[in-house]
Formats: sequence, C-alpha cells, structure tokens
Amino acid sequence: MSEHQYEPKSKIGKWFNDRLPMLTLADHLRSYPTPKNLNYWWTFGGILTFCLITQIITGVILGMHYIAHAELAFESVEHIMRDVNYGWLIRYVHANGASMFFLAVYIHIFRALYYGSYKAPREVIWIIGMIIYFLMMMTAFMGYVLPWGQMSFWGATVITNLFSAIPFFGESITNWLWGGFAVDNPTLTRFFSLHYLLPFLIFGLVILHIWALHVPGNNNPIGIDIKKPSNDTVPFHPYIVIKDLFALLIFLIIFAFFVFYSPNILGHADNYIEANPLVTPAHIVPEWYLLPFYAILRSVPDKLFGVIAMFLAIFVLVILPWLDTSKVRSAIFRPLYKQFYWFLVADVLILGYMGAMPAEGTYLLIARVATIYYFTHFLIILPLLGRKEKTIAVPLSITDPILGGMSNQSMTRNNQKFKD
Amino acid sequence: MSEKDKKDPNRRDFIITATATVGAVGAGAAVWPLIDQMNPDASVKALASTEVDVSNIQPGQSITVLWRGKPVFIKRRTNEEIEKARSVDLKELKHPEKDEERAKNPEWLVMLGICTHLGCVPLGDKGDYNGWFCPCHGSHYDTSGRIRKGPAPTNLEVPKYEFVNSNTIKIG
Repeated sequence: MSEHQYEPKSKIGKWFNDRLPMLTLADHLRSYPTPKNLNYWWTFGGILTFCLITQIITGVILGMHYIAHAELAFESVEHIMRDVNYGWLIRYVHANGASMFFLAVYIHIFRALYYGSYKAPREVIWIIGMIIYFLMMMTAFMGYVLPWGQMSFWGATVITNLFSAIPFFGESITNWLWGGFAVDNPTLTRFFSLHYLLPFLIFGLVILHIWALHVPGNNNPIGIDIKKPSNDTVPFHPYIVIKDLFALLIFLIIFAFFVFYSPNILGHADNYIEANPLVTPAHIVPEWYLLPFYAILRSVPDKLFGVIAMFLAIFVLVILPWLDTSKVRSAIFRPLYKQFYWFLVADVLILGYMGAMPAEGTYLLIARVATIYYFTHFLIILPLLGRKEKTIAVPLSITDPILGGMSNQSMTRNNQKFKD
Repeated sequence: MSEKDKKDPNRRDFIITATATVGAVGAGAAVWPLIDQMNPDASVKALASTEVDVSNIQPGQSITVLWRGKPVFIKRRTNEEIEKARSVDLKELKHPEKDEERAKNPEWLVMLGICTHLGCVPLGDKGDYNGWFCPCHGSHYDTSGRIRKGPAPTNLEVPKYEFVNSNTIKIG
C-alpha cells in the first residue's frame, strides 16, 4: 500500500472510511505510481479483468437458461440459440470470450517472460498467476463439456481418462470423477457445478494477484527497480486508465469480429451433433488454447509418462523464478535470452500446430523435437544462460538514458555520478 | 490566461461530453441484451393462446384450465347465478363492473383464477356470496367474480377470449 495518508473530503465519506477504508483503497488504486514507460504489452492485465467479468456475467445468464442434464443439455443450448432473447449473442460472447481470454492470457504470460516479470521480488505474483492459468484451463475444459455435443462428450472422455494412467488407483479415480463407469449425466452435472464455481475462485485469486502486484509495483520494459513515486512514475489514473481503455477498445474490435463475423471458427462442427457414447468423431482435438499441452501429451509414447510430461510442462512454469538464474530482468539487456525467447515462442506455436494435426509420421516427429526443446529451454538453457550470458549495462532509472542524452550506457552512468 | 486558453477548455468539454455520450449509448446497447434475455422468449410467446373444448360442461359446473402458466376458470352459470350477479346494485361494489361487461354470453364466465390480492387460487362455490373464496387471506367474490369482501382490491380479471365456435373457447 502506498505511504501517503488519504483523508476523505466529505463528513459522511470520513465517517464511512473510518469504519471501512474503501475510499482509501480507491485512492490508492487511483493514484498508484506506475512506471511511465509501460508499453501496450502491459495493458493485458486490464483486458484480462474485463474478460473474466464478461465471462462471469454472460455465464451467469447462460446458467439461467441452460439445463445440466444429459437428455436436455444439448436441446437447452439450441433453445438458447434460437428462442432466448439475444441468447445467440450471449452464448457466442461466452464461447468466443473463452478464446479471447486465453489469447490475452498468453500475451500476458509471454510479456512476463520477455521482461522477466516473474523474477524477485515478484515470484508470488507469478505463481498466483500460474494457478489462475491452471484454473482457467480446467474451467474452460469443463465449460466445453456442457453443450453435450460430440466434442464435449469425447473431450471429457479423453481428458478424464488421463487419470486412468495413474498406477493402481487409475480406474477407481476415473470412476470417481465420472460418478459411473463412463462419462454420463453425473459427470455433466458435477462439471456444471464446478464450471460455475471456479471463475469465482479465479476472481479471488485475481484480487490476490493485484494485491501482490501492488507491493513491489509494476515491472517495466527496462526491468529495473524504480522509486515510487518519483520522476519515473505517473499516477495510475488517468495515465494508465486511458491507455488500458484504448487497448481494450482495440481488443473489443477483434473480439466483436469473432462474435459477429465468424462465431464458430474457433469451435468444431462436431459439437453441433448431440453426444453419442457409441460413436467417436474421426478426429478429435481440444480447443486451440490447450493444443500445445495436448501435443506434449501425445508425443510421449508411454501413457503414464505422457500425462506426467503434460503436467510437468505447466509445473516448469511455476518454478520458473528459480530456473532463470539471471539477475537482469528485461530481455532488452540480455542479447542471448532475447533469441532463446523467440525460439520458445516459435516452439510453443509449433507445438500448438502439431497438437491439431494427427499424431503420426512427420507431425509426431516434429512434436517430439518441439517437446524436448520446450523442456530444454526451461531446465537447461535458462539456468545456464544466467551464469554464462554477457548482459548489456542496465540504466539506473527510466529517465536517465533520455535526460542523460547519451546512448552509451557507461557515459550515462558517469553523467549520473557527476550530477550526484 | 490568454484568449486562446479560454477557448480551449470549451473545445475539450465538447470532446469529453461527446465521448461520454457515445460511450453511454454503447454501454446501453451492450447491456440491453443482458436485461432483455430475462423477458419471455419466442418459445414462451408462441404458447400465448389456448383453445378449450367446453362442450362437456353442464350448467353449474366449472373447469380450470392452464393458460400461460396461470389457472383460468371457465364457469357455465345457472340462471339463478346469472340473476344474482345481474341484480346487484353497482353502488355496493368495491370495484364497480356490470356483469354484462364481464360475461358477454351470460351463461359463460371466463376469468383468471388468481386472487387480485396476492395471487392465490380462490376456491369455487364458496364464500358469503356463493361465488369464489380465497383461502389465503379471506377474499369473497360473487357469482360474477367481483370482489365483495376481504383484502383483494379488484375483481377477478377477465382475460381476452372468444368463442371460436359454440363448443370452443380461445383464450388469449
């Protein structure tokens, strides 16, 4: 929390604030000192908050019309699409909203990777973020099951069968998850219940995420510690608010394009066929945002180790603050890391593409290489790079390189000494 | 303050007002679907009228049918009941309505079976006026379904209906 004391102007404001200091909190958020060099990659936190709230509002509404029952679910979704006033719009916003949410979260995560936002003292922010990401994947997966189409049913079957890889207890665990001997009505009703619950847990974690962020303050593109408030900061309102709103507007245009012009392009046509436990669709794929992990799962030839590899792929992200040994945060000052960063981006995109392709021949080979590279990046390259890499000198403040007027960092540093 | 500075705030005010207006219209347009989704939808509206076969109802009998999820009383009145309903002095009534207006065809009384007090279903052939009596809070209705005693403010509502033929009533 910021150091300055806030005193409400009105008497009633003061009376209330003494009992519940919400106005102090609002003032803290309003005047919070933010680095003045934040670029547009920093607007995705706000965009993600918008996405979560949109998903919760549209989801609560869909819950008013949806019926969680194996016999009625598919029909109730069609009822939403055809009869309910603006039901088509609300459902398309919710379905595409999930994709937009993941698009934003991936940009948000890769921004953190580029600028080293996960490093001390921001490890807890990062870990909370990873928990949110994991819960998002669970929520999205269970939400996709609810329309009870063919992809819903078989997606649920495949993913829950992952747990059957666990030795000895596998079968009893899957039966416990299903509430039966296969995915059926009990599975659907519990998925609905949890799909409704998890977003509120995510919401709580988002509050913790922001709280943890407000202790050290934002990282920034040059990744240095800054004094706040100082010459290097601007108040959150109006500077960041306006920038976030502008970025949100652009994001909404893309969002609206999907909702109004190609609402089904990110889904699968098979999900408009009602679930049939007797026939599996020829080619079953998860939603695009899960594809890289799906590719990792399939590239391991052993059932149990495939599942382990998939969960490890997420776990290496959680322990990333301790895998990256470099003290320099921003990739701007890490010439080698910058290259490996883009290799990783390409690697994840390749994994995503391979996840959508059939697991055979060249596709499988490429997926395997990409899987090995993914783990190499986190487990070998990052720990070594921190020790070996020659980094570029980091400026002392955000204004320093500009006010110093020197492109040469060492000159700037001398300049600083001279000023002192 | 120079001349130019004085003008500038006006221009800025205009931009802010215009932006806020466009924003408010946009927010309203975005919120409307979220509200309208709770209104009766197309499939509910499609059930807005019900046809009822009344050929088996004998004088003195009454049936209750469901229309838009609400009970509707269809009563075939006896001459005695019609007489009783039509002879009442309108000044005695809390909610003055002529029986002739409530039952165009005097033999048939069609009305919503919902007490105008708080929505319970009144019981037939009961109460001080041998019409309907609501057990919830004790409202007495006469043989024309008009409120005579108790807390209900108005007469039992007569829905829009018509005789499609001599045996069939279409409600709604």
